[in-house]
Amino acid sequence: MASDTNVETFDAEAVNAQHNRELYAARQKIHPKRASGSFRSLKWVIMAVTLGIYYITPWLRWDRGEFAPDQAVLIDMASRRFYFFFIDIWPHEFFFVAGMLVMAGIGLFLVTSTVGRAWCGYTCPQTVWVDLFLVVERFFEGDRNARIKLDAAPWTSAKIVKRTSKHVVWLLIAVATGGAWIFYFADAPTLLKDFVTGNAAFVAYATVGVLAAMTYVFGGLMREQVCTYMCPWPRIQAAMLDEHSLTVTYNDWRGEPRTRHAKKAIAAGESVGDCVDCNACVAVCPMGIDIRDGQQLECITCALCIDACDGVMEKIGRDKGLISYATLSTYNQNMALATGGAPGAGIQPQLVRPEGKLAAAVQHFNWRNVIRVRTAIYMVIYGAIGLGLLTALLMRSHLDVNVLHDRNPRFVQLSDGSIRNGYQIKILNMRTQPRSFRITLDGLDGATLKLEGSDLVQGGNGTLDVKANQLRNVRAFVTLSREAIAAKTTDFAFRVVDTTSADTVTANVRFEAPSGTGQ
Amino acid sequence: MAKNEIDDVSGVETTGHEWDGIKELNNPLPRWWLWTFYACIIWAIGYVIYYPAIPLIEGSTMGISGVTNRSLLHEELTRVEASKASLVSRIDSTGLEDIRGNEELFRFAVAGGSSLYKVNCSQCHGSGAQGAPGYPNLNDDDWLWGGDLDSIYLTIKHGVRNVDDDDARQSEMPAFGDDVLEPVQIADVTQYVLQLSSQEHDATAAKSGAAIFAENCAVCHGDDGKGGREFGAPNLADALSLYGNTADTIATQIAKPKHGVMPAWGLKLTEAEVKQLTVYVHSLGGGEQAATQ
Repeated sequence: MASDTNVETFDAEAVNAQHNRELYAARQKIHPKRASGSFRSLKWVIMAVTLGIYYITPWLRWDRGEFAPDQAVLIDMASRRFYFFFIDIWPHEFFFVAGMLVMAGIGLFLVTSTVGRAWCGYTCPQTVWVDLFLVVERFFEGDRNARIKLDAAPWTSAKIVKRTSKHVVWLLIAVATGGAWIFYFADAPTLLKDFVTGNAAFVAYATVGVLAAMTYVFGGLMREQVCTYMCPWPRIQAAMLDEHSLTVTYNDWRGEPRTRHAKKAIAAGESVGDCVDCNACVAVCPMGIDIRDGQQLECITCALCIDACDGVMEKIGRDKGLISYATLSTYNQNMALATGGAPGAGIQPQLVRPEGKLAAAVQHFNWRNVIRVRTAIYMVIYGAIGLGLLTALLMRSHLDVNVLHDRNPRFVQLSDGSIRNGYQIKILNMRTQPRSFRITLDGLDGATLKLEGSDLVQGGNGTLDVKANQLRNVRAFVTLSREAIAAKTTDFAFRVVDTTSADTVTANVRFEAPSGTGQ
Repeated sequence: MAKNEIDDVSGVETTGHEWDGIKELNNPLPRWWLWTFYACIIWAIGYVIYYPAIPLIEGSTMGISGVTNRSLLHEELTRVEASKASLVSRIDSTGLEDIRGNEELFRFAVAGGSSLYKVNCSQCHGSGAQGAPGYPNLNDDDWLWGGDLDSIYLTIKHGVRNVDDDDARQSEMPAFGDDVLEPVQIADVTQYVLQLSSQEHDATAAKSGAAIFAENCAVCHGDDGKGGREFGAPNLADALSLYGNTADTIATQIAKPKHGVMPAWGLKLTEAEVKQLTVYVHSLGGGEQAATQ
């Protein structure tokens, strides 16, 4: 079908358009065309940054001294630590991770309620890796039309070479992706060496294998089906969006009636919208939909159709933004303007662009709309959790002392008649430096303290060394002469003091004596 | 076979089943489901061939692997033994004092000794080593045969008054009630022993008891009644008594003494195990330093 504009028209069909869809239908392959424009540029940048973060992070070093690993980000399963630059998290501090997950959830709500499915369109790993795989596909097989042609072509040697190269590079990316994952769990340089020489643990190879397979299948073969069928987020987003959330919108109030023969139509006195029905928006869509059908579940709001359409609008000298990020509320106002306020009336594009340019009355997105009661609540929750976690992080103690009184026997009588109680003291040194502690008794007059440990046999200087990042278990014997015992049970405390930093923790316990003593 | 009716609305063949006018369509199972099902069948066949699977009257088919939970447990125990082997051999070759001085060996000895204690010793000495009348409390500082590492080691290894080990610690207190002392003399000595351990006593009886004590008891228990570890003679001047420190129990013990027996654990346990037990018992709170030569 010829067009009377100088715009290239694509013979593209939205394979996932609603009218094409049946409940049970085999997948039709989508051949997204390369888009170019401001959103595409933004996506290249985000892709470079996110992939960079993922691949490079495990290789960053962070000096923690000789007693802790020097990997900046490390999930150390074996010794149950999580290192993140200057923060190290112990298992009992896992609530930091839980809190951050809650923040991530609230953050997702906040982003979705303001700028729609920005997560899906820009930063979701599925989107990023599919984009990366498409770059490879385009490199070997050419852009949309060339790929469609290649698909239909018989298996010549040229096709085999192209296809094989594509899949080999895909697999390499997939292995690198799975490979990068394991480096978060062990010292990256060592693990890489072990991995290549075949000395790494089986679980490392298995993890790389599974993740590589997932990357290859999800990014190369399944692509948009992951978003449409497997991901729960498109379903949840319906509850997250409201009339002030940005979505990629086809502004039919200025686009309709669409025609490929505008001049003819104008000559015939018909009203003509901005849409020249060139299908550029359909050709670039990685999800295989037609955005002109309206907002739909499949749309990941990657905004590539905006780029495609803006290019066309520029070429034919119209205002950009026939497809744009818009909220339902501005869309409705503009629609009311275009229909002259009469519900059910046809769209009259001349109402919104009386002199060829958009009228001043046309509403555009107002950034002030981002602040609404709902988003404010999200921000408050997000900020409160964030501040709470930060406070907890700054206030947390790096010394934990736990004292357990012996249950069996609860007390022991010694030959001189005095009574001895036994305690199990656990000192947790959460610093990455070895520390030494002095243990004293608080509130038990006349008592003597004896510690049992290999380095304490010869008396020592009364201090107790605890290695960096370690828990030390030590037996303590507290003896009280019969005359000094005031009651059957006496509350007192162990005071554990860091000999250098004076960091102090007290643990309250109880001294027990046989009944009949001290009364 | 007659072709089944085709449903008008969906264009799908029916199964021919009809209930109250409702016909069942013959939609095929999803292919992924079917293939998973077939895969499971193949997996099951392989499983039956490889693993013990089919129960018989006695036992079951063993499969070509012969892997059972019992064999896995056996393997795991062997692995644990192997992983401990180097520590055990170091315990074997290290002196008791040095075991105590080495953090790793000390921890291993105490942990191993603790579980050995529960299995072998707790029956008499109690689960908390708190003892019972006739069975010494191992937590306190009162030792019959000595509380330093070497003495505890010898006591555990050879036992006390058993007939199995020639090196067992031997001692026997005479039964002073059998025509050695008159009942009144026993009563007087009893009062003296009460006096030794600073308890309420009859001063006059204790005075005459002191003379009897010097004549009959001091040989083993010492002039001051503080006992003698070379004979396993208890310290009578402290607050602790193996058989009780009332006048009755003391008098009974003088007249017809009881003698506890302890097995020679060296005959049942390995050298390393005896050493582990030694270090464990020594760490319970009453352990003594060896006398310096």
